[in-house]
Amino acid sequence: MSTLKPLLAILLTAILTQNFVLAKFLGICPFLGVSKKTKTATGMSLAVIFVMVLSTAVTFPINNLLVKHNLEYLQTIVFILVIAALVQLVEIVLKKYMPPLYNSLGIYLPLITTNCAVLGVVLLNIDNGYGFAQSMINSLGAGIGFLVAMVMFSGVRERMESSDIPESLKGLPITLVAAALVSMSFLGFAGLVENIFA
Amino acid sequence: MAEKKSLMKELTKGFLDENPVLRLVLGTCPTLAVSTSVESAIGMGLAASIVLICSNVVISALRKVIPSKVRIPAYIVVIASFVTIVQMLVKAFAPSLDEQLGVYLPLIVVNCIILGRAEAFAGKNSVLASAVDGVGMGVGFTIALFLMGFIREFFGTGTITISLINGGQPLWNSVFGENPILIFILAPGGFFVFGMLIMLANKIAEKKGKEKAQLHSCKACPMFATCTAQEKEECDR
Repeated sequence: MSTLKPLLAILLTAILTQNFVLAKFLGICPFLGVSKKTKTATGMSLAVIFVMVLSTAVTFPINNLLVKHNLEYLQTIVFILVIAALVQLVEIVLKKYMPPLYNSLGIYLPLITTNCAVLGVVLLNIDNGYGFAQSMINSLGAGIGFLVAMVMFSGVRERMESSDIPESLKGLPITLVAAALVSMSFLGFAGLVENIFA
Repeated sequence: MAEKKSLMKELTKGFLDENPVLRLVLGTCPTLAVSTSVESAIGMGLAASIVLICSNVVISALRKVIPSKVRIPAYIVVIASFVTIVQMLVKAFAPSLDEQLGVYLPLIVVNCIILGRAEAFAGKNSVLASAVDGVGMGVGFTIALFLMGFIREFFGTGTITISLINGGQPLWNSVFGENPILIFILAPGGFFVFGMLIMLANKIAEKKGKEKAQLHSCKACPMFATCTAQEKEECDR
């Protein structure tokens, strides 16, 4: 139990209190761009979770290697290349061996390479000095947090389509105001994790 | 003369008409994340501009050497190298800025503005034009960040001072006491201020007879070029 507790705290923090999209502003492009329909929002988020966890698993040993040889300054270059290659690889493998999964997730994969949430979670894991298990849990939590934010927001946007919006706010401005309200609701989780695990 | 004029146009288009943040809606992540104060906003704007100008120049110089099939990875390597250099410089000469920007400094690598300009402009135009385009877009990005940072700091921490007015006292605090509207520097305030700025930019664009700023879910993304035909079709829907 004592080993699970900190991991659970990391998971809940990543999903609720420090939500990647709504508190850390990572992955805003897909959050605003691909959230029009709940179905596409879910597909995109599942692809993000998959890539986040996978790239954390791959970059963790690579980082150890870099640290061993005093090459930490190469982190940015190496990680972005590893993520880009990994995404391409996943796309090829899915296309060949798992066509149904490719059809539902594949189309989002190229867009994920330059998604700052993926590189962000990898770098944050290192900045926070997390071990392997902690890193994996944090990435999983960040991905789930992305999913939660995307799905919630797509619901809000679907309702917004039929509502009467002032002319000058139509389009992007009202979307951002709605995002502000959704993110305000997430402020309510502040202090939650600290109190549960106090 | 005609060339000079078009260079002038490349330079100034990024300021307002094609402002990367307020009109093209690129680079939204850093715009929202580091605009809690004027200092970090300008720091981020400058750092990203330096990377943008340098990568534009190098990519444009190499545009005939890079095979078009692997151009996106090649662009990413060039951009990542310059980000690493900027990261080291900031760490060495402005450690407090490094602390404020945190993880968003290395994340300049995935800033859509930079890869987007490489793909849309530097890969097709001369070195000089690309450098000018980089300066224009960089200034546009910094202007947008500065506006966000100014508004959010003015209301959110109340520490904005203008020495000409009010004898250098914090503007907000001297009128309303020590009670800033904290929510402006929290996440919701970022979204809200950004929404309002886009609305204003839309109004100005409308007066000039231009379209509203729109987030093209996929086409704005520089990775769109790497999508297959089927993916592009899916994406357009």
